[in-house]
Amino acid sequence: MKYHQNIQPLAGLVAGFILGAGLLVSGMTDPGKVLGFLDIGSNWNPALMGVLGGAVMVSLLGFNFAKKMKHPWLDSQFYAPTKKEVDKPLVIGGLMFGIGWGLAGYCPGPALAGLALGNPEAPVFVGAMLLGGVLQNWWATRKQ
Amino acid sequence: MNSIFFGIPLLSVIGGVMIGLAAVGLYYSLGRIAGISGILFTSLGRNGGMWRWMFVGGLISGAGIMAQVIPEMNVVTRPNPGLIVLIVSGLIVGWGTRLGSGCTSGHGVCGMGRLSIRSLAAVGSFMAAGIIVATFVRHLLGIA
Repeated sequence: MKYHQNIQPLAGLVAGFILGAGLLVSGMTDPGKVLGFLDIGSNWNPALMGVLGGAVMVSLLGFNFAKKMKHPWLDSQFYAPTKKEVDKPLVIGGLMFGIGWGLAGYCPGPALAGLALGNPEAPVFVGAMLLGGVLQNWWATRKQ
Repeated sequence: MNSIFFGIPLLSVIGGVMIGLAAVGLYYSLGRIAGISGILFTSLGRNGGMWRWMFVGGLISGAGIMAQVIPEMNVVTRPNPGLIVLIVSGLIVGWGTRLGSGCTSGHGVCGMGRLSIRSLAAVGSFMAAGIIVATFVRHLLGIA
């Protein structure tokens, strides 16, 4: 297990690298393309259907095969969420995220990727996004 | 330049497949869900974990290096919406993804692949909000 723990970060790096490269290849790093997909008013841009379709197809097959695995290659257990019920935070959080996504055209991955793309909008958006997450965490723990 | 059908570019599908492979690869190797918002926010905490930092670093560098390979994909095809829109959208994307336990990658790619009811509800919420806001902002307000 010690050996596994040493190479776990490498698996994280490789997965992150392929994901980041995929975001650029797919066109997701262009908020114009994202808004062209979300905006159904005119000149609808279906490119993101291809991205989501390709990703979900692989994911459906991959996660289905994973059911046969006892544990992941480099760890003793899977960490998939077990919660089942659709609750208010899930839906409200989803709606909030969608509003922000539809405003500027960035979801978290492409915004992070933008940091390496010389996109001057990315540091501003990412900074605000981190602050938003920190504030939400503060608010959630403050109430109790 | 590379349309296959109904105006969906081949690169979008290839990029989507890469994103799916990265998500499945992270699950096979570490048993973790490749949810970018979750990994990013957890990486900031006390038990961040080296693999999360490497994942985030890999994502940023993967996009940056791929942008050198296909610079024509590194574009932003909509006008800069300005500081206020970027900051407000960043804040609600950060708050919303943390409250709703995920974004396009965690709920959209992994959750749909796992046939999770919660993720299906989250995707429905953020797609609906994103479509309404993007369409409203671009047509009724005529900005972005």
